[in-house]
Amino acid sequence: MSKATTATLSAASLALALSSAMALTAAPLTAQAAGDNERCYGISLKGKNDCAAGPGTTCAGTSKIDYQGNAWKYVPKGTCEQTTSATSETGFGQLMAFKEKASS
Amino acid sequence: MTDFIHPAAIGQHTGAACLPAATPCATLPPHAGIGLKPQHFKSVLEQQPCVGFFEVHAENYLVAGGPLHHYLSAIRAEYPLSMHGVGLSIGGESALNAKHLSAIAQLVDRYQPTQFSEHLAWSSHGENFYNDLLPLRYDEHSLARVCEHIDQVQTALKQPILLENPATYVQFTDSTIPEAMFVREVIKRSGCGLLLDVNNVYVSCINHHWNARAYLDELPLWAVGEIHLAGFAEDTDDLGERLLIDHHGAPVADSVWKLYLEVLHQIGPKATLIEWDNDVPSLERLLSEAEHAEHCLHTCAAKPQGIRA
Amino acid sequence: MTSQATFAQALLDPDSGTPATCQTPSTRRFAVYRNNVISSLSDALADTFPVTQTLVGEEFFRAMAQVFIRQSPPNGPVLTGYGAGFADFIEHFAPAASVPYLADVARLEFAYLQSLHAADAAPMASDELSALLTDEHALAHSGLRLHPALSVHQGNFAAVSIWAAHQGHGELSQINTQQPEQALLTRPQLAVEVTPINTSGAQFITCLQRGNTLAQAWQQALAQDSHFDLTQTLSLLLRQHSIVGVQQASHTR
Repeated sequence: MSKATTATLSAASLALALSSAMALTAAPLTAQAAGDNERCYGISLKGKNDCAAGPGTTCAGTSKIDYQGNAWKYVPKGTCEQTTSATSETGFGQLMAFKEKASS
Repeated sequence: MTDFIHPAAIGQHTGAACLPAATPCATLPPHAGIGLKPQHFKSVLEQQPCVGFFEVHAENYLVAGGPLHHYLSAIRAEYPLSMHGVGLSIGGESALNAKHLSAIAQLVDRYQPTQFSEHLAWSSHGENFYNDLLPLRYDEHSLARVCEHIDQVQTALKQPILLENPATYVQFTDSTIPEAMFVREVIKRSGCGLLLDVNNVYVSCINHHWNARAYLDELPLWAVGEIHLAGFAEDTDDLGERLLIDHHGAPVADSVWKLYLEVLHQIGPKATLIEWDNDVPSLERLLSEAEHAEHCLHTCAAKPQGIRA
Repeated sequence: MTSQATFAQALLDPDSGTPATCQTPSTRRFAVYRNNVISSLSDALADTFPVTQTLVGEEFFRAMAQVFIRQSPPNGPVLTGYGAGFADFIEHFAPAASVPYLADVARLEFAYLQSLHAADAAPMASDELSALLTDEHALAHSGLRLHPALSVHQGNFAAVSIWAAHQGHGELSQINTQQPEQALLTRPQLAVEVTPINTSGAQFITCLQRGNTLAQAWQQALAQDSHFDLTQTLSLLLRQHSIVGVQQASHTR
């Protein structure tokens, strides 16, 4: 198989690449991953909830009262706290940034 | 009102195999149905549960392709389908959204639902869609406008639709026609049928101190093509009055079952949908709620069906 | 203003009172409608952007969603398309500035949903593909028609890894969030698949999307990265059932 690094931009090498791709695709995925030193794209990932269809319309009301107002009082408090922030000395960039904002 | 037999309705499935088949016609079988939710697609196809029909919100299927159409097509092949619109804004002051109506007409053409229904409400104004069923003022102007809108929808869909009575939380000072009378007048003038939402009747009557029995007597019950049942949430307004919210997030209340049985005894069995749209439970839980409705329908089956005015 | 215009305006304005034509001294009654609108549309955004919500928490997300909803309510009743501007909004939403990758994650999630609901199309059969190999010159000067569900995500942060970690692939704490990432979104069967790709791969596929020929796309990908691997990229497109046709060169040789 020709590496793109050495390939000239010829129609012949393009056709070769396509036929190699077809052969590669026909082979089981595990064989590709375990193949030679070709750089291979990783596994394709699916969402964990495969029946989620996104938002829907509603013909019902709700009894759940959502926050209504203009005064902002929230800080991100979720899984973002598990990520490390390269820009923050403490590693808790989100809290630091909020304090800066609040005091400004 | 003349019976409208859709050509495509002839020979289509008229009920799940477990239920006695109804005559093929443009009405849903007089059995209990449930709302079809994406999280239940696979279970429905695997288990083929015993339900009279499935209902979907038309707007949720206005997408080009993918799993929604795949599953709806597969389920449509096995069960009667009722399509319920939530976005035509029939009660709106502005003209109907022609593009949206044409998309709905295409969807109806594709799936050939036994029935299409919409609400006596508005949900769009100007450029905005509000994703809620908003109340309208009832007067001669709005009556004429609603009838005109229904006429446009029925022309586009080439079939009569059902109009659902609303659940409301406010009334307007400038309304001149009582709600039930307004509904009756719309049905008389436009030739559409009634989707009787018994929960909405109950919710509105409690919220506005109306008498539910009197409200029902005012409605043209002979035009009922389908019944909706749902759960409500109990709240109070800031004067301490009971304020029921039609939230479709709980089992049907006992008081609503009672009202439903009264209606069934009067008009005979009618296709009945269990609506549960918020905090959607398991398919089994939905089916057991539908089974309760099926039991009610059975007890009223002796009555002659389809009272005509 | 008409009565519905007044009503509609008050729905989105938290400072406005009950419209005068409402026959009730109770503000709670009109507030039911205002709450239904905001709450149902916040639910819609939460359904489209589940990882975005998990990252900042439900409370922050819903409050942020409300600001967006009031600025940009939906313009039609089909909600799968609602939120097209949410990522751009987040990018400029000051309270979210401490989570710089949030907008990229939202961008990926919106693309995911559009891919899920995109039109169906059958991939090219292998004999059709084989037939292309008979005329190498024509092949080089042809474009590829890609599946309608295909899209390329190109971000400034590690949104793909962050998204993947929320689907059970990888550890959130191990991710360098500052690392720009690209991904190919496809829908080979009924589910969307997200495949991390490199910049030259992203370049090649976006060139094809723009209608460039295979030769042009290859050249541009190599200009991006001299190590660009054409075989692997074509193999990925084939594996993901993403090549649905060929755009033959219009000129004759």
